[in-house]
Amino acid sequence: MLRTTRTLRNAAAALAVLLLSGAAAFAEDPSGKLVIVTSFPKDMTTAFQQAYQKANPKVTVEILNRNTNAGVKYLQETASNNGVDLFWASAPDAFEVLKGAGLLQPYKPKVEGIPEKVGAYPVNDPEGMYAGFAASGYGIMWNSRYMKANDLPVPKEWADLTKAVYYDHVAISAPSRSGTTHLTIETILQGEGWEKGWRTNKEMAGNYRTITERSFGVPDGVNSGAFGVGIVIDFFALSSQASGFPVEFVYPTVTTIVPANVGVVKNAPNKAAAEGFVDFLLSPKGQEVLLEPAIRRLPVNPVTYEKAPAGYPNPFKDTSLGSQVNFDVNVSQARYNVVDALFDQLVTFQLDDLKAATQAIHKAEAALAKKPNDKAKALLAEARDLVAAMPVTAEQAADPQLAGAFTVERKSAKDAVPERQAQVEQKWAAFAKENYASARKKADEALALAR
Amino acid sequence: MTSLALTRDRIARVRPGPALAALLIAAFLLLFLVVPVVQVIFVAFQDKTTGAFTLVNFADFFQNDLFMRSFWNSFYVSAMSVVVASLLALPLAYLTTRFEFRGAVLIQSLGIIPLIMPPFIGAVAMQLLFGRNGSVNLLLRDHFGFSIPFMEGLNGVIFVQSIHYFPFILINLSASLRNIDRAMEESAQNLGCHGFRLFRRIVFPLAMPGYVAGASLVFIKVFDDLGTPLLLNVNDMLAPQAYLRISSIGIADPMGYVISVVLIACSLLALWVSALAMRGKDYATVQRGGGGLAKRRLKPLEMVAAYGIVLLILVLVLAPHVGLGLLSFATIWSFSPVPDAFTLKHYQTVFTESGQYITNTLLYASLAALLDVVIGTAIAYLVLRTKLPGRQWLDYIAMAALAVPGVVLGIGYLRSFYDVPMPFTGQPLSNFWLILVFALAIRRLPYALRACTAALQQVSSSLEEAAENLGATKLRTVGRIVVPLMSGGILAGFVTSFATAAVELSATIMLVHSQSDAPLAYGLYVYMQSAAGRGPGAALGIFAVIIVGLGTYLSHVVIERGRRERGQDH
Repeated sequence: MLRTTRTLRNAAAALAVLLLSGAAAFAEDPSGKLVIVTSFPKDMTTAFQQAYQKANPKVTVEILNRNTNAGVKYLQETASNNGVDLFWASAPDAFEVLKGAGLLQPYKPKVEGIPEKVGAYPVNDPEGMYAGFAASGYGIMWNSRYMKANDLPVPKEWADLTKAVYYDHVAISAPSRSGTTHLTIETILQGEGWEKGWRTNKEMAGNYRTITERSFGVPDGVNSGAFGVGIVIDFFALSSQASGFPVEFVYPTVTTIVPANVGVVKNAPNKAAAEGFVDFLLSPKGQEVLLEPAIRRLPVNPVTYEKAPAGYPNPFKDTSLGSQVNFDVNVSQARYNVVDALFDQLVTFQLDDLKAATQAIHKAEAALAKKPNDKAKALLAEARDLVAAMPVTAEQAADPQLAGAFTVERKSAKDAVPERQAQVEQKWAAFAKENYASARKKADEALALAR
Repeated sequence: MTSLALTRDRIARVRPGPALAALLIAAFLLLFLVVPVVQVIFVAFQDKTTGAFTLVNFADFFQNDLFMRSFWNSFYVSAMSVVVASLLALPLAYLTTRFEFRGAVLIQSLGIIPLIMPPFIGAVAMQLLFGRNGSVNLLLRDHFGFSIPFMEGLNGVIFVQSIHYFPFILINLSASLRNIDRAMEESAQNLGCHGFRLFRRIVFPLAMPGYVAGASLVFIKVFDDLGTPLLLNVNDMLAPQAYLRISSIGIADPMGYVISVVLIACSLLALWVSALAMRGKDYATVQRGGGGLAKRRLKPLEMVAAYGIVLLILVLVLAPHVGLGLLSFATIWSFSPVPDAFTLKHYQTVFTESGQYITNTLLYASLAALLDVVIGTAIAYLVLRTKLPGRQWLDYIAMAALAVPGVVLGIGYLRSFYDVPMPFTGQPLSNFWLILVFALAIRRLPYALRACTAALQQVSSSLEEAAENLGATKLRTVGRIVVPLMSGGILAGFVTSFATAAVELSATIMLVHSQSDAPLAYGLYVYMQSAAGRGPGAALGIFAVIIVGLGTYLSHVVIERGRRERGQDH
């Protein structure tokens, strides 16, 4: 604390000196090439690139587009001779990985008036390694034409998506592939608890049409009408809407508003320009760019909302937005890989079996509604429990021993992990397969009884 | 003692020229293929905890249900794709080379176009046309109340892959058919053989090298292909499993690399089997003046049938391009058989933003393809015409590139060349654009190599012997006799390498380090990541198709003119 104050004082002094020697301050204006690795779409990066270059004509901004995972890999592989100034992406987890690997350097933005929290999530990294510049929430997006053609009701909550009408109409991207989906799954787990959260997740999954490999695959499919409903991050839906696609979007009550971030890379060749860009992003001018129709992200600077079009979601005014769940980053971090692997093994790679069980349950349920039968009802409940059953408890999932099977680092040969990842996964997959098969059988029996 | 004598005998027969060429190629392959790949895949053989050598990861692979299911799915899809691709390619190749057919060149060029369907948008276009709610199914459902699941599961993969890769068979088979000595056919006819029997017993067997070359490429390519299953969200195949493993953050598990090793091994196995099938058979024909099979005029009724078949196939294989074309002019296309309205806006966007991508692509892809045919011809010659010890290994190693996932190669290049500073500038070597060209060349070398090998197999060595007897040096013989006679195959190799390099993405995406050096595929990728970018992305895709199509057609014209000048055509 003391040290921070001193640094701050020193910085203030340095700033004063700079301001006094006007000419020298001018010389400190950022110039040269600014290299940014980002996962953001071209519409967004180009808008910021142009706005920034207009304000800083001496800087040429070079944008390198990679998906988040590839971007992190690229920084890791090139760290020995780093040529990148900024990492600019959505998922806070990717920044955590970079921070953990010591690939970021701290910077405290000069812009005033940014609140500490958006929804229940802190805007900035407490250690100052990266800063949030825009907020995003997760929700449900749908194609109105598709819904009309298939007579589907409009969903409002996650639980709506577990209903039989949505069978084979919903899509999501795999959490292991998309940082944003991971947060959606984790939010549901934290909001509803481990057991109930997984039940919701799996009952929704039983209705999935497909599980895409890219996050953008979901809005893309909803836009073209390949499937009707998608679980997506808000700006995908809002910008699709702004581009003219017949789609709509809703935030369920259990959602988290999470900041999209920017961080200065360690040993950045053009540190001055990198820091200048961060400040620009947070300045009113930069924040206004976020409101453009093709971008549509939620500014973190509350004053910018005054310029937003009517009906623009405002997490600082609308307190219900994203504040339902108190998202615990530490809980999420401890079981990050385990949740991904569980989802992959229980859902993504067993989707056909899971869907078959779900369909059988839906059918039995429909038959029971017409002709009640207690024995069948009990069987159906058993079938549902079988689908919802988890091979690990919340405590086990957070156990570093289990997490150890999924991590890179090994401190020493003594930290031997008890099981290899492939073994753990095979066990989970077998568990899921067996449960889904017997769930289907039970549901079929229930159906026979109810007929 | 005998073996020693044999070795000495072998060494004595080795000429310095071929040996030098072999060494240069070996060095190139070692530096740009073997070393980078080994840098990445040694993890497969490592115990995760201790770092010691182990095979336990492979045991895990074979005990894992998911991996075994993926393995069989990959195998099934590849085999079925070969079957369906053959059904598409055979009629096109046969009808256009065997009969007087107006626009045969055009049909053959159009037949190559599926190969240059750029990544991402190809599947988007196919979904828009054939998907569950694509144009065809929407119309079917509205008017007839049923739909056809073209794009569902493994069948969807087979459907897309066959359409995408059948040109491999078409190109190689057509080249072979054109090279068949007319005398063979005439003798058969003199002996009373006609019609389908003539085709089955004489023509097709003589064209076998081309067919096997094409079919093995299709098999391996489908086995290793990543993009299509991923875009159709079919995850339980081997290549997607490897990719998903390797490219996810936080998964340091060796299984991704184990799968890569399995992929490489299977591809080599497929090659070996195809080599076995061809072993001990001589396909070379001496006479060259005939210029391929006699072309026959079709009777009117036959003409109608033939045009019908060709048109049907072309409509099917060009459907993705039609979809892409519609998309590039569309304002909004969502859950409807055709777009809501049309606009030229997207082309305008591409014109102002993306000129650099196009010039870069032309430069990279043509350099890579040139490198490929030079190396491909050299390897084919070394393997078939010299007795250099270990020459087969050049072939095997070069072909193994087919099985190396692009991501693995990309990461391998970064690991191998990032810490090497470039002379003068001090920039990392992996940032140099030529490295991208090498990556593309390595990735596409197998196509060129198979085409060159098939071409050389059809050239009788007695022609070279004759030239040498007349006093030509080895180099002169290769330059004046062998290469010109192989020109058809070399062209086929150049075209396939060029066309596919122009739209390659997976290695590119790891290696592009600045926008000014980026090729077209990267631009497409960037566009296709946003809702507003779909139109411009499709427009850029159309540019890619036109450029590569035009390049293909031009090189064809050039080669044909060369052949005519040498009096090889009637």
